[in-house]
Amino acid sequence: MNRVGARQAVSSRTRPVLSGLMPSLPVWFHRWGSPPHVYRLADRLRPWLGWIAALLIAGGAFAGLVLAPPDYLQGDSFRIIYVHVPSAYLGMMAYVLMAAAAAVGFVWRIKLGHAVAVSAAPIGASFTFLALVTGGIWGKPTWGTYWEWGDARLMFELILLFLFLGYLALRAAFDDQDKADRVSAILAVVGVINVPIIHYSVEWWSTLHQGPTISKLDSPSITMDMLAPLLVMIVGFTLCFAWLVLNRLQGQIVERERDARWLRQLVTERTR
Amino acid sequence: MTDFLQMGGYAPYVWSAYGITLVVLLLNIWSARRARIQSLARAAETAGEERPRRRPTVRQVQ
Repeated sequence: MNRVGARQAVSSRTRPVLSGLMPSLPVWFHRWGSPPHVYRLADRLRPWLGWIAALLIAGGAFAGLVLAPPDYLQGDSFRIIYVHVPSAYLGMMAYVLMAAAAAVGFVWRIKLGHAVAVSAAPIGASFTFLALVTGGIWGKPTWGTYWEWGDARLMFELILLFLFLGYLALRAAFDDQDKADRVSAILAVVGVINVPIIHYSVEWWSTLHQGPTISKLDSPSITMDMLAPLLVMIVGFTLCFAWLVLNRLQGQIVERERDARWLRQLVTERTR
Repeated sequence: MTDFLQMGGYAPYVWSAYGITLVVLLLNIWSARRARIQSLARAAETAGEERPRRRPTVRQVQ
């Protein structure tokens, strides 16, 4: 039996057992799993994302620092919200993206899934770090302390940072990339439970951290002139995050596809 | 202008938070770009080499 025949024999044998666990995928899903397709798409999207993100972040920072009125209780210190909330939000979104992409890579053996997960991890770690630091700076004038070990939100946010770092450290422990992909994917997926816990922590344990500001859509506890800059910043940070992920993802694709013909062609065309 | 810079007495907090955010964003941009460009440069070094295609690993059926 030749190699291809052997592979088909395996898949036809295992299919009935696994079909219940592994739903079949529509065609568009496979196109998204194609490295050259995604690489070229990233090339086209990158400049747009980058410039729109830069404009939104600059505009949002100006509106947040200058146009928004000071808070009646917290004065001007509340302006830290415009960098703190987007960082915290993106740290969590980065984790969800990382876990979902790693799961796709693990279940359907789509290499690109792992490439996305690896790309999101360091960016997510940096945004989570930023959320912790800006939160501490905000905490000093409002709570009287930079850090409180007993606060649930702070603890679970710190765990989020450790999950990102643990994911990267675990990967670094393997020489074989396939093994690193599969083992680290398990950590990523298991750790995703932390994200809803962070989100609801201020409601389940009300200690120091204030309650939600904008996620209560029926009665937001913030006026429009304070809210608008925050929404602009969140969109700007999200686009910036997308730009960062695309850059790292393209790097990952190049590393993983080094022997592929399309990539060698692309690289020689670039250097010519 | 001085009023703006003083941030109602919260200047050290507000400006350090925004400063750190700017630094982290710029570091992110720098390192993400570098990751992409360095990978391309490494691939360009080996692109001309004649290398056999990596064989897929297939387990044999007994």
